[in-house]
Amino acid sequence: MAAESEVKADVARRRFLVDAARTACGVALLGLGLGLYARQARALPPAAIRPPGAGAEKDFLGACIRCGLCVRDCPYKILELAKPEEPVATGTPFFVARRLACEMCEDIPCVKACPTGALDQKLTDINNARMGLAVLVDHETCLNYLGLRCDVCYRVCPLIDKAITLEPQVNERTGRHTLFIPTVHSDKCTGCGKCERGCPLEVAAIKVFPVQMAKGELGRHYRLGWVEKEKAGKSLIEEQGIIELPKRMPEAPLPPDAPSSAPLGKPFVPHALQGDRL
Amino acid sequence: MSRMPGTDAAAARGWLAAHKWLLARRVSQLGILTLFLLGPWVGLWIVKGNLNFSYTLNFLPLTDPYVLLQSLAAQRIPATRALTGAGIVLAFYLLVSGRVYCSWVCPLNMVTDAAAWLRTRLGIKGGAQISRRARYWILAMTLVLAGVTGTIAWELVNPVSMLHRGLIFGVGAAWAVVLAVFLLDLFVMKNGWCGHLCPVGAFYGLLGHVSPLRVSAVQRSQCNDCMDCFEVCPEPQVIRPALKAVGGASPVILAANCTNCGRCIDVCSKQVFAFGLGRGERQKPAPEVVAGVVPAGKS
Ligand code: SF4
Ligand code: SF4
Ligand code: SF4
Ligand code: SF4
Repeated sequence: MAAESEVKADVARRRFLVDAARTACGVALLGLGLGLYARQARALPPAAIRPPGAGAEKDFLGACIRCGLCVRDCPYKILELAKPEEPVATGTPFFVARRLACEMCEDIPCVKACPTGALDQKLTDINNARMGLAVLVDHETCLNYLGLRCDVCYRVCPLIDKAITLEPQVNERTGRHTLFIPTVHSDKCTGCGKCERGCPLEVAAIKVFPVQMAKGELGRHYRLGWVEKEKAGKSLIEEQGIIELPKRMPEAPLPPDAPSSAPLGKPFVPHALQGDRL
Repeated sequence: MSRMPGTDAAAARGWLAAHKWLLARRVSQLGILTLFLLGPWVGLWIVKGNLNFSYTLNFLPLTDPYVLLQSLAAQRIPATRALTGAGIVLAFYLLVSGRVYCSWVCPLNMVTDAAAWLRTRLGIKGGAQISRRARYWILAMTLVLAGVTGTIAWELVNPVSMLHRGLIFGVGAAWAVVLAVFLLDLFVMKNGWCGHLCPVGAFYGLLGHVSPLRVSAVQRSQCNDCMDCFEVCPEPQVIRPALKAVGGASPVILAANCTNCGRCIDVCSKQVFAFGLGRGERQKPAPEVVAGVVPAGKS
Protein backbone atom coordinates (compact mmCIF):
# COMPACT_ATOMS: atom_id res chain seq x y z
CA MET A 1 0.00 0.00 0.00
CA ALA A 2 2.68 2.40 1.13
CA ALA A 3 4.92 1.44 -1.78
CA GLU A 4 2.11 1.98 -4.25
CA SER A 5 1.33 5.48 -3.01
CA GLU A 6 5.04 6.24 -3.09
CA VAL A 7 5.20 5.20 -6.72
CA LYS A 8 2.16 7.34 -7.41
CA ALA A 9 3.76 10.33 -5.72
CA ASP A 10 6.90 9.70 -7.72
CA VAL A 11 4.99 9.65 -10.98
CA ALA A 12 3.14 12.79 -10.01
CA ARG A 13 6.39 14.51 -9.09
CA ARG A 14 7.98 13.48 -12.35
CA ARG A 15 5.00 14.71 -14.34
CA PHE A 16 5.11 18.01 -12.47
CA LEU A 17 8.81 18.45 -13.22
CA VAL A 18 8.40 17.55 -16.87
CA ASP A 19 5.47 19.96 -17.16
CA ALA A 20 7.43 22.73 -15.48
CA ALA A 21 10.45 22.13 -17.70
CA ARG A 22 8.29 22.13 -20.80
CA THR A 23 6.59 25.37 -19.84
CA ALA A 24 9.87 26.99 -18.90
CA CYS A 25 11.45 26.02 -22.22
CA GLY A 26 8.48 27.26 -24.20
CA VAL A 27 8.43 30.56 -22.38
CA ALA A 28 12.20 30.93 -22.70
CA LEU A 29 11.92 30.47 -26.46
CA LEU A 30 9.13 33.02 -26.58
CA GLY A 31 11.26 35.39 -24.54
CA LEU A 32 14.22 34.92 -26.85
CA GLY A 33 12.12 35.70 -29.89
CA LEU A 34 10.57 38.73 -28.26
CA GLY A 35 13.97 39.90 -27.04
CA LEU A 36 15.44 39.78 -30.53
CA TYR A 37 12.40 41.58 -31.89
CA ALA A 38 12.76 44.20 -29.14
CA ARG A 39 16.37 44.78 -30.15
CA GLN A 40 15.32 45.33 -33.74
CA ALA A 41 12.50 47.61 -32.69
CA ARG A 42 15.06 49.87 -31.06
CA ALA A 43 16.28 50.97 -34.47
CA LEU A 44 14.13 53.93 -35.38
CA PRO A 45 13.58 54.37 -39.12
CA PRO A 46 15.08 57.64 -40.37
CA ALA A 47 11.73 59.21 -41.26
CA ALA A 48 10.20 58.72 -37.80
CA ILE A 49 10.84 61.63 -35.47
CA ARG A 50 10.05 61.50 -31.75
CA PRO A 51 8.13 64.33 -30.03
CA PRO A 52 10.09 67.08 -28.23
CA GLY A 53 11.80 66.01 -25.01
CA ALA A 54 12.23 62.34 -25.93
CA GLY A 55 15.68 61.12 -24.93
CA ALA A 56 17.82 58.46 -26.60
CA GLU A 57 15.70 55.80 -28.26
CA LYS A 58 16.49 53.06 -25.72
CA ASP A 59 15.64 55.28 -22.76
CA PHE A 60 12.48 56.42 -24.46
CA LEU A 61 11.32 52.85 -25.09
CA GLY A 62 11.85 52.05 -21.42
CA ALA A 63 9.92 55.06 -20.20
CA CYS A 64 7.07 55.60 -22.66
CA ILE A 65 4.02 53.56 -21.66
CA ARG A 66 2.29 54.09 -25.01
CA CYS A 67 -0.67 56.02 -23.62
CA GLY A 68 -1.02 58.57 -26.40
CA LEU A 69 -1.60 61.56 -24.13
CA CYS A 70 1.02 63.51 -26.08
CA VAL A 71 -0.82 62.65 -29.29
CA ARG A 72 -4.06 63.93 -27.81
CA ASP A 73 -2.70 67.20 -26.52
CA CYS A 74 -0.81 68.20 -29.66
CA PRO A 75 -3.01 71.00 -31.02
CA TYR A 76 -1.74 70.48 -34.57
CA LYS A 77 -2.36 66.73 -34.56
CA ILE A 78 1.05 65.94 -35.98
CA LEU A 79 1.76 62.99 -33.66
CA GLU A 80 0.52 59.45 -34.06
CA LEU A 81 0.97 56.17 -32.21
CA ALA A 82 2.79 53.48 -34.18
CA LYS A 83 0.58 50.68 -35.41
CA PRO A 84 1.89 47.10 -35.17
CA GLU A 85 2.75 46.94 -38.87
CA GLU A 86 4.76 50.18 -38.84
CA PRO A 87 8.54 49.99 -38.41
CA VAL A 88 8.38 51.98 -35.16
CA ALA A 89 7.98 50.31 -31.73
CA THR A 90 4.26 49.50 -31.42
CA GLY A 91 2.22 52.15 -29.65
CA THR A 92 4.94 54.78 -29.37
CA PRO A 93 4.41 58.36 -30.60
CA PHE A 94 6.22 59.79 -33.60
CA PHE A 95 5.73 62.11 -36.50
CA VAL A 96 6.85 62.15 -40.11
CA ALA A 97 8.13 65.60 -40.92
CA ARG A 98 7.33 65.42 -44.63
CA ARG A 99 3.69 64.79 -43.69
CA LEU A 100 3.31 67.30 -40.86
CA ALA A 101 6.06 69.15 -39.06
CA CYS A 102 6.15 70.15 -35.39
CA GLU A 103 4.85 73.70 -34.90
CA MET A 104 7.11 74.21 -31.89
CA CYS A 105 4.36 75.34 -29.49
CA GLU A 106 5.71 77.74 -26.90
CA ASP A 107 3.94 75.95 -24.02
CA ILE A 108 4.92 72.47 -25.36
CA PRO A 109 1.59 70.75 -24.54
CA CYS A 110 2.85 67.31 -25.64
CA VAL A 111 5.58 67.34 -23.01
CA LYS A 112 3.19 68.66 -20.36
CA ALA A 113 0.75 65.84 -21.12
CA CYS A 114 3.29 63.06 -20.70
CA PRO A 115 2.64 61.29 -17.38
CA THR A 116 5.83 59.26 -17.25
CA GLY A 117 8.57 61.74 -18.08
CA ALA A 118 9.36 59.86 -21.29
CA LEU A 119 9.09 63.36 -22.70
CA ASP A 120 11.38 65.26 -20.37
CA GLN A 121 9.49 67.76 -18.21
CA LYS A 122 12.70 69.74 -17.86
CA LEU A 123 12.26 70.89 -21.44
CA THR A 124 10.56 74.25 -20.95
CA ASP A 125 11.97 76.20 -23.89
CA ILE A 126 10.96 74.55 -27.16
CA ASN A 127 14.03 76.06 -28.83
CA ASN A 128 16.09 73.61 -26.80
CA ALA A 129 14.24 70.62 -28.22
CA ARG A 130 16.34 68.19 -30.24
CA MET A 131 13.77 66.04 -32.02
CA GLY A 132 16.12 65.42 -34.89
CA LEU A 133 18.60 67.25 -37.06
CA ALA A 134 18.02 68.62 -40.54
CA VAL A 135 20.54 67.69 -43.22
CA LEU A 136 20.64 68.97 -46.78
CA VAL A 137 21.12 65.49 -48.16
CA ASP A 138 20.89 66.03 -51.89
CA HIS A 139 23.15 68.64 -53.41
CA GLU A 140 22.18 67.58 -56.91
CA THR A 141 18.51 68.47 -56.74
CA CYS A 142 18.42 71.28 -54.18
CA LEU A 143 17.30 74.30 -56.19
CA ASN A 144 19.67 76.64 -54.37
CA TYR A 145 22.57 74.37 -55.26
CA LEU A 146 21.42 74.58 -58.88
CA GLY A 147 21.76 78.34 -58.62
CA LEU A 148 18.12 79.34 -58.09
CA ARG A 149 16.82 81.31 -55.13
CA CYS A 150 14.27 78.88 -53.75
CA ASP A 151 15.22 79.50 -50.11
CA VAL A 152 12.05 77.84 -48.84
CA CYS A 153 13.74 75.72 -46.15
CA TYR A 154 15.53 78.79 -44.91
CA ARG A 155 12.40 80.96 -44.93
CA VAL A 156 10.15 78.48 -43.09
CA CYS A 157 12.62 77.71 -40.33
CA PRO A 158 11.27 78.97 -36.98
CA LEU A 159 14.88 79.70 -36.04
CA ILE A 160 15.78 81.39 -39.31
CA ASP A 161 19.37 82.67 -39.42
CA LYS A 162 20.20 80.64 -36.33
CA ALA A 163 19.38 77.01 -37.12
CA ILE A 164 19.70 77.53 -40.86
CA THR A 165 21.65 80.15 -42.79
CA LEU A 166 22.38 80.80 -46.44
CA GLU A 167 26.11 80.66 -47.09
CA PRO A 168 27.29 82.41 -50.30
CA GLN A 169 29.53 80.40 -52.58
CA VAL A 170 30.82 81.06 -56.09
CA ASN A 171 28.73 79.49 -58.83
CA GLU A 172 31.49 77.68 -60.72
CA ARG A 173 29.15 76.84 -63.59
CA THR A 174 28.39 80.43 -64.62
CA GLY A 175 31.52 81.86 -63.08
CA ARG A 176 29.75 85.10 -62.18
CA HIS A 177 26.85 84.25 -59.91
CA THR A 178 26.55 83.26 -56.28
CA LEU A 179 25.02 80.11 -54.84
CA PHE A 180 23.23 80.52 -51.53
CA ILE A 181 23.77 77.24 -49.81
CA PRO A 182 21.24 76.35 -47.08
CA THR A 183 23.40 75.38 -44.11
CA VAL A 184 22.03 73.79 -40.95
CA HIS A 185 23.66 74.44 -37.58
CA SER A 186 23.29 71.52 -35.21
CA ASP A 187 23.65 73.62 -32.07
CA LYS A 188 20.39 75.42 -32.90
CA CYS A 189 18.33 73.09 -35.11
CA THR A 190 15.41 71.60 -33.12
CA GLY A 191 14.49 69.02 -35.76
CA CYS A 192 10.96 70.35 -36.10
CA GLY A 193 10.92 69.34 -39.75
CA LYS A 194 9.52 72.58 -41.20
CA CYS A 195 12.28 72.68 -43.83
CA GLU A 196 11.68 69.11 -44.97
CA ARG A 197 7.94 69.70 -45.06
CA GLY A 198 8.40 72.94 -47.01
CA CYS A 199 10.90 71.80 -49.63
CA PRO A 200 9.06 72.16 -52.97
CA LEU A 201 10.79 69.22 -54.67
CA GLU A 202 8.95 65.96 -55.33
CA VAL A 203 11.22 64.38 -52.77
CA ALA A 204 12.71 66.79 -50.26
CA ALA A 205 16.39 67.60 -50.69
CA ILE A 206 16.61 68.57 -47.01
CA LYS A 207 15.54 65.96 -44.48
CA VAL A 208 15.31 65.64 -40.74
CA PHE A 209 16.92 62.55 -39.23
CA PRO A 210 17.23 61.29 -35.68
CA VAL A 211 20.22 63.18 -34.27
CA GLN A 212 22.54 60.21 -33.85
CA MET A 213 21.98 59.35 -37.48
CA ALA A 214 22.62 62.85 -38.78
CA LYS A 215 25.50 63.97 -36.64
CA GLY A 216 29.15 63.12 -37.10
CA GLU A 217 31.61 63.05 -34.24
CA LEU A 218 35.30 64.01 -34.24
CA GLY A 219 37.81 61.66 -32.70
CA ARG A 220 38.38 62.73 -29.10
CA HIS A 221 42.07 63.41 -29.74
CA TYR A 222 41.34 65.91 -32.48
CA ARG A 223 42.34 69.51 -31.75
CA LEU A 224 41.25 72.28 -34.07
CA GLY A 225 44.17 74.63 -34.44
CA TRP A 226 42.06 77.73 -34.78
CA VAL A 227 40.01 76.91 -31.72
CA GLU A 228 43.12 76.19 -29.66
CA LYS A 229 44.64 79.41 -30.90
CA GLU A 230 41.62 81.38 -29.76
CA LYS A 231 41.65 79.65 -26.37
CA ALA A 232 45.35 80.28 -25.81
CA GLY A 233 45.18 83.78 -27.22
CA LYS A 234 48.10 83.03 -29.53
CA SER A 235 49.26 80.52 -32.04
CA LEU A 236 50.70 77.39 -30.48
CA ILE A 237 52.95 76.40 -33.34
CA GLU A 238 54.19 79.61 -34.92
CA GLU A 239 57.19 79.95 -32.61
CA GLN A 240 58.25 76.40 -33.43
CA GLY A 241 58.51 77.31 -37.08
CA ILE A 242 57.57 74.78 -39.70
CA ILE A 243 57.81 71.25 -38.35
CA GLU A 244 59.88 68.81 -40.33
CA LEU A 245 57.68 65.76 -40.90
CA PRO A 246 59.32 62.35 -41.24
CA LYS A 247 59.24 61.01 -44.79
CA ARG A 248 56.97 58.00 -45.02
CA MET A 249 56.80 55.44 -47.75
CA PRO A 250 53.63 53.39 -48.22
CA GLU A 251 55.20 50.21 -46.83
CA ALA A 252 57.58 51.84 -44.38
CA PRO A 253 57.04 51.05 -40.69
CA LEU A 254 55.74 53.83 -38.49
CA PRO A 255 58.43 55.85 -36.73
CA PRO A 256 58.72 54.55 -33.16
CA ASP A 257 57.41 57.79 -31.58
CA ALA A 258 54.39 58.11 -33.85
CA PRO A 259 51.24 58.78 -31.86
CA SER A 260 48.74 55.97 -32.19
CA SER A 261 45.14 57.09 -32.50
CA ALA A 262 43.58 54.11 -30.75
CA PRO A 263 44.57 53.26 -27.18
CA LEU A 264 46.46 49.98 -27.08
CA GLY A 265 44.37 46.84 -26.88
CA LYS A 266 41.08 48.50 -27.79
CA PRO A 267 40.12 47.95 -31.41
CA PHE A 268 38.47 50.89 -33.09
CA VAL A 269 34.69 50.53 -33.18
CA PRO A 270 32.82 53.12 -35.19
CA HIS A 271 30.27 54.85 -32.98
CA ALA A 272 27.54 54.36 -35.52
CA LEU A 273 27.67 50.65 -34.79
CA GLN A 274 27.50 50.85 -31.04
CA GLY A 275 24.33 49.72 -29.29
CA ASP A 276 21.27 51.76 -30.06
CA ARG A 277 23.24 54.03 -32.31
CA LEU A 278 22.88 51.61 -35.17
CA MET B 1 -24.75 21.77 -31.61
CA SER B 2 -24.15 21.30 -27.89
CA ARG B 3 -26.27 22.12 -24.93
CA MET B 4 -25.20 25.48 -23.55
CA PRO B 5 -24.50 25.88 -19.84
CA GLY B 6 -27.20 27.99 -18.25
CA THR B 7 -30.09 26.44 -20.19
CA ASP B 8 -31.57 25.05 -16.98
CA ALA B 9 -31.06 28.31 -15.17
CA ALA B 10 -32.80 30.25 -17.92
CA ALA B 11 -35.69 27.79 -17.78
CA ALA B 12 -35.90 27.97 -14.01
CA ARG B 13 -35.38 31.67 -13.44
CA GLY B 14 -35.98 33.35 -16.78
CA TRP B 15 -33.47 34.45 -19.44
CA LEU B 16 -32.80 37.87 -17.97
CA ALA B 17 -32.08 36.59 -14.46
CA ALA B 18 -29.81 33.91 -15.91
CA HIS B 19 -27.78 36.51 -17.80
CA LYS B 20 -27.78 39.31 -15.24
CA TRP B 21 -24.06 39.41 -14.53
CA LEU B 22 -23.11 38.74 -18.10
CA LEU B 23 -25.15 41.74 -19.19
CA ALA B 24 -23.72 43.85 -16.37
CA ARG B 25 -20.21 42.94 -17.50
CA ARG B 26 -20.90 43.81 -21.10
CA VAL B 27 -22.34 47.16 -20.01
CA SER B 28 -19.20 47.76 -17.97
CA GLN B 29 -16.78 46.70 -20.73
CA LEU B 30 -18.57 48.57 -23.50
CA GLY B 31 -19.27 51.55 -21.23
CA ILE B 32 -15.57 51.97 -20.41
CA LEU B 33 -14.70 51.60 -24.07
CA THR B 34 -17.34 54.19 -24.98
CA LEU B 35 -15.90 56.65 -22.48
CA PHE B 36 -12.53 56.29 -24.22
CA LEU B 37 -14.12 56.60 -27.66
CA LEU B 38 -16.27 59.67 -26.95
CA GLY B 39 -13.19 61.85 -27.35
CA PRO B 40 -11.93 60.72 -30.73
CA TRP B 41 -15.42 60.07 -32.11
CA VAL B 42 -17.54 63.00 -30.97
CA GLY B 43 -14.97 65.28 -29.37
CA LEU B 44 -16.21 64.77 -25.83
CA TRP B 45 -12.97 64.44 -23.89
CA ILE B 46 -14.03 62.88 -20.60
CA VAL B 47 -11.27 60.28 -20.74
CA LYS B 48 -8.01 60.67 -22.65
CA GLY B 49 -5.45 58.00 -23.36
CA ASN B 50 -5.91 54.25 -23.14
CA LEU B 51 -5.80 51.49 -20.55
CA ASN B 52 -2.05 51.88 -20.10
CA PHE B 53 -2.63 55.37 -18.82
CA SER B 54 -5.74 57.50 -18.88
CA TYR B 55 -6.52 60.96 -17.68
CA THR B 56 -10.14 61.53 -16.71
CA LEU B 57 -11.46 65.09 -16.77
CA ASN B 58 -7.87 66.32 -16.68
CA PHE B 59 -7.90 65.35 -13.05
CA LEU B 60 -7.87 61.62 -12.35
CA PRO B 61 -4.78 59.71 -13.50
CA LEU B 62 -5.11 55.94 -13.87
CA THR B 63 -2.07 53.88 -14.79
CA ASP B 64 -1.79 50.19 -15.55
CA PRO B 65 0.52 49.04 -12.73
CA TYR B 66 1.83 46.17 -14.85
CA VAL B 67 3.15 48.38 -17.64
CA LEU B 68 4.63 50.71 -15.04
CA LEU B 69 6.32 47.76 -13.34
CA GLN B 70 7.92 46.90 -16.67
CA SER B 71 9.13 50.47 -16.99
CA LEU B 72 10.67 50.17 -13.51
CA ALA B 73 12.25 46.87 -14.52
CA ALA B 74 13.74 48.74 -17.47
CA GLN B 75 15.43 50.99 -14.88
CA ARG B 76 13.30 54.04 -15.52
CA ILE B 77 11.68 55.96 -12.68
CA PRO B 78 8.31 57.22 -13.92
CA ALA B 79 7.09 60.74 -13.09
CA THR B 80 4.66 61.37 -10.24
CA ARG B 81 1.48 61.43 -12.28
CA ALA B 82 2.03 57.95 -13.63
CA LEU B 83 2.99 56.66 -10.17
CA THR B 84 -0.10 58.22 -8.56
CA GLY B 85 -2.27 56.63 -11.23
CA ALA B 86 -0.75 53.23 -10.57
CA GLY B 87 -1.33 53.65 -6.83
CA ILE B 88 -5.02 54.37 -7.36
CA VAL B 89 -5.47 51.41 -9.70
CA LEU B 90 -3.58 49.08 -7.35
CA ALA B 91 -5.73 50.10 -4.40
CA PHE B 92 -8.91 49.59 -6.42
CA TYR B 93 -8.02 46.09 -7.58
CA LEU B 94 -6.73 45.02 -4.18
CA LEU B 95 -10.21 45.91 -2.95
CA VAL B 96 -12.35 44.31 -5.64
CA SER B 97 -9.91 41.52 -6.64
CA GLY B 98 -7.40 41.95 -9.42
CA ARG B 99 -9.00 39.88 -12.10
CA VAL B 100 -12.06 42.09 -12.07
CA TYR B 101 -9.88 43.83 -14.64
CA CYS B 102 -10.19 40.76 -16.84
CA SER B 103 -13.91 40.24 -16.72
CA TRP B 104 -15.19 43.79 -16.31
CA VAL B 105 -12.68 46.04 -18.09
CA CYS B 106 -10.41 44.24 -20.55
CA PRO B 107 -11.66 44.63 -24.12
CA LEU B 108 -10.03 41.38 -25.20
CA ASN B 109 -12.28 39.50 -22.78
CA MET B 110 -15.22 40.02 -25.14
CA VAL B 111 -13.20 38.35 -27.88
CA THR B 112 -12.13 35.37 -25.77
CA ASP B 113 -15.64 35.06 -24.29
CA ALA B 114 -17.01 34.91 -27.82
CA ALA B 115 -14.48 32.21 -28.70
CA ALA B 116 -15.40 30.21 -25.59
CA TRP B 117 -19.10 30.53 -26.39
CA LEU B 118 -18.62 29.39 -29.98
CA ARG B 119 -16.38 26.55 -28.86
CA THR B 120 -19.08 25.21 -26.56
CA ARG B 121 -21.75 25.80 -29.19
CA LEU B 122 -19.82 23.87 -31.82
CA GLY B 123 -18.86 21.21 -29.30
CA ILE B 124 -15.13 21.56 -29.98
CA LYS B 125 -13.26 19.47 -27.46
CA GLY B 126 -9.66 18.81 -26.50
CA GLY B 127 -6.63 20.61 -27.86
CA ALA B 128 -3.21 21.66 -26.65
CA GLN B 129 -2.17 21.03 -23.06
CA ILE B 130 -0.47 24.00 -21.50
CA SER B 131 -0.19 24.52 -17.77
CA ARG B 132 -2.22 27.33 -16.27
CA ARG B 133 0.98 28.29 -14.54
CA ALA B 134 2.53 29.21 -17.91
CA ARG B 135 1.15 32.75 -17.52
CA TYR B 136 3.32 33.34 -14.45
CA TRP B 137 6.38 32.22 -16.37
CA ILE B 138 5.42 34.60 -19.14
CA LEU B 139 4.83 37.36 -16.61
CA ALA B 140 8.31 36.79 -15.17
CA MET B 141 9.74 36.61 -18.68
CA THR B 142 8.29 40.01 -19.63
CA LEU B 143 9.84 41.61 -16.55
CA VAL B 144 13.23 40.00 -17.17
CA LEU B 145 13.05 41.08 -20.77
CA ALA B 146 12.30 44.66 -19.75
CA GLY B 147 15.38 44.53 -17.54
CA VAL B 148 17.62 43.01 -20.18
CA THR B 149 16.55 45.16 -23.12
CA GLY B 150 15.91 48.30 -21.08
CA THR B 151 12.65 48.70 -23.00
CA ILE B 152 9.05 47.73 -22.36
CA ALA B 153 9.39 44.82 -24.74
CA TRP B 154 6.07 43.13 -24.00
CA GLU B 155 4.19 46.18 -25.29
CA LEU B 156 5.49 45.39 -28.75
CA VAL B 157 3.18 42.39 -28.93
CA ASN B 158 0.66 42.70 -26.06
CA PRO B 159 -2.72 41.87 -27.67
CA VAL B 160 -4.62 43.52 -24.80
CA SER B 161 -3.19 46.99 -25.24
CA MET B 162 -2.97 46.51 -29.01
CA LEU B 163 -6.71 46.00 -29.20
CA HIS B 164 -7.61 48.82 -26.83
CA ARG B 165 -5.16 51.27 -28.34
CA GLY B 166 -6.19 50.11 -31.79
CA LEU B 167 -9.86 50.83 -31.18
CA ILE B 168 -9.06 54.33 -29.94
CA PHE B 169 -6.05 55.39 -32.02
CA GLY B 170 -6.49 53.28 -35.17
CA VAL B 171 -6.36 49.52 -35.49
CA GLY B 172 -3.80 48.85 -38.20
CA ALA B 173 -2.69 45.23 -38.16
CA ALA B 174 -3.71 44.78 -34.52
CA TRP B 175 -6.85 43.00 -35.74
CA ALA B 176 -4.67 40.11 -36.92
CA VAL B 177 -3.24 39.65 -33.45
CA VAL B 178 -6.74 39.75 -31.94
CA LEU B 179 -7.94 37.25 -34.52
CA ALA B 180 -5.03 34.98 -33.60
CA VAL B 181 -6.14 35.04 -29.96
CA PHE B 182 -9.71 34.28 -31.00
CA LEU B 183 -8.65 31.31 -33.12
CA LEU B 184 -6.34 30.04 -30.38
CA ASP B 185 -9.22 30.01 -27.92
CA LEU B 186 -11.64 28.54 -30.43
CA PHE B 187 -9.60 25.71 -31.91
CA VAL B 188 -6.38 25.17 -30.00
CA MET B 189 -7.37 25.25 -26.35
CA LYS B 190 -10.25 26.24 -24.14
CA ASN B 191 -9.63 29.59 -22.43
CA GLY B 192 -6.15 29.40 -23.93
CA TRP B 193 -5.31 33.07 -23.78
CA CYS B 194 -6.94 34.40 -20.60
CA GLY B 195 -6.67 31.18 -18.63
CA HIS B 196 -3.17 30.05 -19.55
CA LEU B 197 -1.00 32.63 -21.29
CA CYS B 198 -1.94 36.26 -20.69
CA PRO B 199 0.63 37.89 -18.36
CA VAL B 200 -1.62 40.91 -17.85
CA GLY B 201 -4.25 38.66 -16.29
CA ALA B 202 -1.54 36.84 -14.35
CA PHE B 203 -0.35 40.14 -12.93
CA TYR B 204 -3.84 41.22 -11.92
CA GLY B 205 -4.44 37.74 -10.51
CA LEU B 206 -1.64 38.40 -8.03
CA LEU B 207 -3.74 41.28 -6.69
CA GLY B 208 -6.60 38.93 -5.86
CA HIS B 209 -5.25 37.46 -2.65
CA VAL B 210 -6.70 39.89 -0.14
CA SER B 211 -9.83 41.40 -1.62
CA PRO B 212 -13.03 41.04 0.41
CA LEU B 213 -15.31 41.01 -2.66
CA ARG B 214 -15.78 37.34 -3.51
CA VAL B 215 -18.19 34.94 -5.09
CA SER B 216 -19.40 32.41 -2.61
CA ALA B 217 -21.15 29.05 -3.00
CA VAL B 218 -23.48 30.00 -0.17
CA GLN B 219 -26.13 27.43 -1.03
CA ARG B 220 -23.70 24.69 -1.90
CA SER B 221 -25.96 22.10 -0.31
CA GLN B 222 -28.38 22.77 -3.18
CA CYS B 223 -25.87 21.83 -5.90
CA ASN B 224 -27.24 19.17 -8.23
CA ASP B 225 -23.95 18.50 -10.03
CA CYS B 226 -25.13 19.75 -13.39
CA MET B 227 -21.55 21.02 -13.94
CA ASP B 228 -22.76 24.16 -15.71
CA CYS B 229 -20.65 26.41 -13.51
CA PHE B 230 -17.53 24.39 -14.31
CA GLU B 231 -18.41 24.54 -17.97
CA VAL B 232 -18.91 28.30 -18.09
CA CYS B 233 -16.16 29.39 -15.67
CA PRO B 234 -12.97 30.61 -17.34
CA GLU B 235 -11.00 29.33 -14.31
CA PRO B 236 -12.98 26.22 -13.30
CA GLN B 237 -10.30 25.00 -10.91
CA VAL B 238 -11.23 27.78 -8.47
CA ILE B 239 -14.78 26.51 -7.93
CA ARG B 240 -14.19 23.00 -6.62
CA PRO B 241 -12.72 23.73 -3.18
CA ALA B 242 -15.56 26.08 -2.30
CA LEU B 243 -18.41 24.15 -3.88
CA LYS B 244 -17.33 20.71 -2.71
CA ALA B 245 -15.98 21.83 0.67
CA VAL B 246 -12.60 20.27 -0.16
CA GLY B 247 -10.66 19.90 3.09
CA GLY B 248 -13.38 21.76 4.93
CA ALA B 249 -12.97 24.86 2.79
CA SER B 250 -15.40 27.70 3.34
CA PRO B 251 -17.97 28.27 0.59
CA VAL B 252 -16.19 31.47 -0.40
CA ILE B 253 -14.19 31.15 -3.62
CA LEU B 254 -10.83 32.34 -2.36
CA ALA B 255 -8.62 31.47 -5.32
CA ALA B 256 -7.12 34.69 -6.65
CA ASN B 257 -7.81 33.67 -10.22
CA CYS B 258 -11.58 33.89 -9.82
CA THR B 259 -12.35 36.81 -12.10
CA ASN B 260 -15.51 37.83 -10.21
CA CYS B 261 -17.36 37.60 -13.48
CA GLY B 262 -20.46 36.10 -11.91
CA ARG B 263 -21.09 33.64 -14.73
CA CYS B 264 -21.39 30.82 -12.19
CA ILE B 265 -24.11 32.82 -10.43
CA ASP B 266 -25.89 33.27 -13.76
CA VAL B 267 -25.82 29.69 -14.98
CA CYS B 268 -26.75 27.95 -11.75
CA SER B 269 -30.40 26.87 -11.73
CA LYS B 270 -30.21 26.24 -7.97
CA GLN B 271 -28.87 29.71 -7.12
CA VAL B 272 -25.92 28.19 -5.30
CA PHE B 273 -23.61 31.17 -5.89
CA ALA B 274 -23.82 34.79 -4.84
CA PHE B 275 -21.49 37.77 -4.52
CA GLY B 276 -20.52 38.47 -0.95
CA LEU B 277 -18.15 40.48 1.20
CA GLY B 278 -15.58 38.91 3.48
CA ARG B 279 -13.24 36.00 2.92
CA GLY B 280 -15.12 33.44 5.03
CA GLU B 281 -13.89 31.08 7.69
CA ARG B 282 -12.45 27.65 7.19
CA GLN B 283 -15.14 25.25 8.40
CA LYS B 284 -15.34 21.83 9.87
CA PRO B 285 -17.25 19.91 7.22
CA ALA B 286 -20.65 20.09 8.86
CA PRO B 287 -22.73 16.94 8.37
CA GLU B 288 -25.58 18.61 6.47
CA VAL B 289 -23.10 20.23 4.05
CA VAL B 290 -21.49 16.88 3.32
CA ALA B 291 -24.93 15.42 2.79
CA GLY B 292 -25.65 18.23 0.36
CA VAL B 293 -22.66 17.38 -1.78
CA VAL B 294 -23.76 13.85 -2.36
CA PRO B 295 -26.19 13.73 -5.27
CA ALA B 296 -28.91 13.46 -2.64
CA GLY B 297 -29.86 17.01 -3.60
CA LYS B 298 -30.73 15.85 -7.11
CA SER B 299 -34.42 15.97 -7.73
S1 SF4 C 1 5.53 71.18 -29.79
FE1 SF4 C 1 3.38 71.48 -30.37
S2 SF4 C 1 3.28 70.90 -32.52
FE2 SF4 C 1 5.19 70.09 -31.74
S3 SF4 C 1 4.67 68.00 -31.13
FE3 SF4 C 1 4.48 69.26 -29.30
S4 SF4 C 1 2.35 69.85 -29.24
FE4 SF4 C 1 2.74 69.09 -31.32
S1 SF4 D 1 2.51 60.95 -23.32
FE1 SF4 D 1 4.54 60.15 -22.77
S2 SF4 D 1 4.16 58.04 -22.12
FE2 SF4 D 1 2.34 58.69 -23.23
S3 SF4 D 1 2.70 58.04 -25.35
FE3 SF4 D 1 3.42 60.16 -25.21
S4 SF4 D 1 5.60 59.96 -24.71
FE4 SF4 D 1 4.67 57.97 -24.29
S1 SF4 E 1 13.52 74.04 -49.76
FE1 SF4 E 1 14.45 72.28 -50.73
S2 SF4 E 1 15.00 72.96 -52.76
FE2 SF4 E 1 14.55 74.74 -51.56
S3 SF4 E 1 16.49 75.41 -50.84
FE3 SF4 E 1 15.65 74.15 -49.26
S4 SF4 E 1 16.39 72.12 -49.71
FE4 SF4 E 1 16.75 73.32 -51.50
S1 SF4 F 1 -15.77 31.35 -10.19
FE1 SF4 F 1 -17.55 32.37 -11.02
S2 SF4 F 1 -17.07 34.51 -10.84
FE2 SF4 F 1 -15.15 33.40 -10.59
S3 SF4 F 1 -14.30 33.32 -12.61
FE3 SF4 F 1 -15.46 31.45 -12.37
S4 SF4 F 1 -17.49 31.92 -13.16
FE4 SF4 F 1 -16.43 33.86 -12.87
